[in-house]
Amino acid sequence: QVGMLYLTATHTIFVGKGSEDRSELWVLHSLVCNVVKHKASQSGYPLLIHCKNFQVMQFIISQESDSFVYLIQFSKLYCFSFNPNVDKAEREHSWDFLDLKAEYSRMGLPNKLWHVTPINREYRVCDTYPADLFVPQSVTLPVIIGSSKFRSRGRFPTLSYYCKENHATICRSSQPLSGFSARCLEDEQMLQAIMKSNPGSRFMYVVDTRPKLNAMANRAAGKGYENEDNYCNIKFQFIGIENIHVMRNSQQKLIEVSALRSPSMGEFLMGLENSDWLRHIKSIMEAGIFISKAVAEEGVSVLVHCSDGWDRTAQVCSVASVLLDPYYRTLKGLMVLIEKDWVSFGHKFSHRCGHLDGEAKEVSPVIDQFLDCLWQLMEQFPCYFEYNEKFLISIHNHIYSCHYGNFICNSQKERKDLCIKEKTHSIWPHLWENKLDFMNPLFKPDQSQNQGLLRPRTAPYCFKYWRRLYNRFDRELHPRQSELDCLMTVKEETQQLEEDLALCEQKLAVLDKERAKTLYMQKGVLESKQALWSLPLDTSLANTPQDYIGGFIGGAPNVFTLQQGERESAELCLFGDKPKSSDADNSDQESGVADFSSHSSGEESLPSEDSVKDPDSDETGPNRA
Amino acid sequence: MELSEHIKTANVEDVTLRRPFHPALRGTLCVTSHHLLFSDRKDEASWQLLILLKNIDAIEKRAVGSSGTITIKCKDLLVLQLEIPGMEECLNIASSIEALSSLESVTEMYPFFYRPSHLTLNGPWGLSSTEQYYKQTERLWDRWRVSTVNSDYSVCPSYPSAVIVPREVDDDKLIHSARFRQGGRFPVLSYCHHRNGMVIMRSSQPLTGANKKRCKEDELLLQAVIDGSELGYIIDLRSAQQAQQARMTGGGFESKSFYSHWKRIHRHHERGKVVQESLIKLVEACSDPSHSVDRWLSKLENSKWLSHVHSALSTAGLVVECVERDGHSVLVHGSEGTDNTLLVSSLAQLILDPASRTVTGFLCLLEREWIQAGHPFQQRCAHSAYSHARLKQECPIFLLLLDCVWQVWRQFPLALEFSEALLLRLAQEVYASNYGTFLCNSEQERCAAGVKENTHCLFQSLLRPDIEEQYLNPLYEPTDLAIWPSVHPQSLQLWTGLFLRWTEYAQNMEEAREEVWSIVKEHHEQAGPDRTNNTLSTHCDTLTSFENLMDELTIL
Repeated sequence: QVGMLYLTATHTIFVGKGSEDRSELWVLHSLVCNVVKHKASQSGYPLLIHCKNFQVMQFIISQESDSFVYLIQFSKLYCFSFNPNVDKAEREHSWDFLDLKAEYSRMGLPNKLWHVTPINREYRVCDTYPADLFVPQSVTLPVIIGSSKFRSRGRFPTLSYYCKENHATICRSSQPLSGFSARCLEDEQMLQAIMKSNPGSRFMYVVDTRPKLNAMANRAAGKGYENEDNYCNIKFQFIGIENIHVMRNSQQKLIEVSALRSPSMGEFLMGLENSDWLRHIKSIMEAGIFISKAVAEEGVSVLVHCSDGWDRTAQVCSVASVLLDPYYRTLKGLMVLIEKDWVSFGHKFSHRCGHLDGEAKEVSPVIDQFLDCLWQLMEQFPCYFEYNEKFLISIHNHIYSCHYGNFICNSQKERKDLCIKEKTHSIWPHLWENKLDFMNPLFKPDQSQNQGLLRPRTAPYCFKYWRRLYNRFDRELHPRQSELDCLMTVKEETQQLEEDLALCEQKLAVLDKERAKTLYMQKGVLESKQALWSLPLDTSLANTPQDYIGGFIGGAPNVFTLQQGERESAELCLFGDKPKSSDADNSDQESGVADFSSHSSGEESLPSEDSVKDPDSDETGPNRA
Repeated sequence: MELSEHIKTANVEDVTLRRPFHPALRGTLCVTSHHLLFSDRKDEASWQLLILLKNIDAIEKRAVGSSGTITIKCKDLLVLQLEIPGMEECLNIASSIEALSSLESVTEMYPFFYRPSHLTLNGPWGLSSTEQYYKQTERLWDRWRVSTVNSDYSVCPSYPSAVIVPREVDDDKLIHSARFRQGGRFPVLSYCHHRNGMVIMRSSQPLTGANKKRCKEDELLLQAVIDGSELGYIIDLRSAQQAQQARMTGGGFESKSFYSHWKRIHRHHERGKVVQESLIKLVEACSDPSHSVDRWLSKLENSKWLSHVHSALSTAGLVVECVERDGHSVLVHGSEGTDNTLLVSSLAQLILDPASRTVTGFLCLLEREWIQAGHPFQQRCAHSAYSHARLKQECPIFLLLLDCVWQVWRQFPLALEFSEALLLRLAQEVYASNYGTFLCNSEQERCAAGVKENTHCLFQSLLRPDIEEQYLNPLYEPTDLAIWPSVHPQSLQLWTGLFLRWTEYAQNMEEAREEVWSIVKEHHEQAGPDRTNNTLSTHCDTLTSFENLMDELTIL
């Protein structure tokens, strides 16, 4: 494709020419991962751009130009300049779309076992935690402070998920600074209190999501893991999810495989195997399953941690929550979950997603893996998720795009300091507005199996390569027809028809009343006329209701005399003149039509759109005249 | 020897049956000439399991104390366990199953005994014949004719009695061409494209041998196919090297100098034993859910099954490209022309021809391109993935076709009228069936065995009286266009519906399938003729009449 390449402050824009309709490709600068300049060839100077949403573009520029040697150094991310046409109040409102307080009260908190501690209001105890944290009622402030001092970066054990039914909880923290023998009374009391806050159980699990070897190595640095001898009634468990560096390399290999141009089947499968990506996904899933089963089936509380408690811990807690609670399998629920477990608990988005030029070693696809796990679950349980994969891909895109302010910065404190809420917009209302695109037509919310715990299979063949994400922009790789869209349309049509029917029935009821009234008034005239009118009409009209109803609704019965003439003349001239039929009686129709076309395809979808009825109403015209 | 003589113990009580994802059951086990019957009579509603003995691929015996365990591995990939009290009974049952599941004689097989009350044996067998196909296809009439040169199967034993050939080539030339082709499979018409009249021909390899023999009549026959147009393509389903080697054993390929208007393209396809072993390896990989992901992927890769799917779809795509996009006729052949040749030609038709994407059209395609064209079903499907028997001529080429069709459906979920369930049913029937459709290796053998007179036809019964709902695709929306599938490895998937059929994985998919149906049905209820006419439009009618009435009243 030939065209012009434009560089603006925020976007790279390619405008193709030659084809009939101008194609435009807009790429946010913040999505650009790296730019590779190749040696000049005969056709020009090739420029390869890799994006964070796995888009790869190659431009061949005919003339060498310095402007393309751009270093991506943004002092300002796009979200600060992104200024859609909304007023201040609306923007502020967008940040109120999700309310974590409401989410905790949905879980049933605070209650007599758990309450909010004000201790971190100023982010003094732990600057990467949110301001509001839930701890057991029985825990005193000194215990919290003591415990936080014994935990890496002050991330003391605090509540992530509470199960109303059996009081079991998922708590999260960072690793203890236990070294080889250190212990901390307050931290032990803290765990004891968490365990006691679940009156039904006599012990709790402590899950270290790292491989045992990594955790042991940390002991040498004065960190480590809980010693079962020091803590009463805990069962300690390693899960063995690899660290961010392993994951980064794994994804890099996966991306290389996905970008292979027409590999053989063997090359692809070998590459997939060598990337180890699916093995890592499986280990995260298994950790989630372990925790969800402990909570739902055993009724035992779980404390989860890794090293710092913001990567693997976030993954595992959120996967477990999705398995446990059907709410997180709805659109709104997933937004809340990401806001809670990832954004508020200080997943380092800026570092992990490489928003700014920074340490390459900090970058890691931790949240990609969470979304991948969700996708694997959706593949296994096609009827249990309200959202579809487009929703996940959209979220993925916006995590990296810096289009909205949600995923900027590394913690709540940083976001507050940078006044993110004042300067940027929130993504969630935007996604919510487009929710029709993100709905899974197969979702069965009332299914009894969907009320409780999901029990995914972990057989190796249940883990698949997510083509839609990693080959997102290779359109030729994807199915040419979409089952999903088709079903969605069908569903919408059905709904539309149902609404039409309901509306008809409603109007009939109104008319019935009306008729009773008039009947009462003009009984004699009516009886003879009714038979006369209803006869020819009954046999004819199998058509769309909207013309009729629209005309009728708009004009209340008493205005009819006025419009009668107009209507008739209009109908007469449209007899052979179809295009006009739409304006035939639209003067008084609009309010009625609005009810019908609440969905885009509504009007077209109705069974017999064609103007079948017009001849008939015309027949009655002369009669009336 | 009578079949019943194989049965030493016909009945055993107190047998325990174990199936995947079901609780163990106790009941009675029965062996008959063709079936294994397990019935659980404890509850009032007795539950029965009936398995065709022919469906059993392998059995394994194990002694546990005085009782024995038999593991039954079926050709449809189901695995069952039976615990039989009494060692002697166990051994008797096992030996009966072994003997009766591998019958050699066609006429002893169950289709010859299957007499359901709702079917009769009178009337035509099958959906169509070469003559009928010719009659229905008007675009053939001009340049093509039906030849009955093979009416006594002497020219080509594996061809049907009638074939379609160029009008200007007489039977005599056909006989000469047949002598020049392996197994007498001279080039015949397989498909004529509705858009441009270009054709797909198929044959076996020419017998050029080491000293480059030629056959004038064969050259003329192919010349008549392209009839004046510039160029035709020969898609040789072997690598160039393999084709060269074939000359050493009397085979060969069409040389450029003698077939000047034909351009040859070589595409390597595995065949025979290699494909069978792929299936065995794949099923083995699927049967152990405790593997690590790495091991699974490496086993999947190692099985090469998806590579076969990949090459079949790619070559079919190539054929379609030649016919539809470039407007050239194509001749497809490998060596014998009974396996990969049929696979590629029928897949190409599915991609090209909207008519072959309906249920009837698809079954007709299978009948024409596989049954009548002489795919040796009996040899190829004698054993499936579990058998310990030494491999003879087994090869799951037909299964490979079904897998490819499934891949096409995944990519074009609206384009096929039939559903995955139909493919699964066919995958099962081809190995063990009540019907005679997949018996024997050729029409000649079927005639000799009296298949048409003494068995029922599967395709007919699938279509009669109405196609079962489960075999239909609720989202079907016919399209006239060619449906070009993507053949990138990223786009091809394991056919979980078949290979993981008996795992819990399949159950959730079943649920999704039902949900799709219920959505579509709900829609039909709302939009379909009954409901609309009865409610929505009656309401409209009433509304209109009211409206007019009101008008009238106000005028008054």
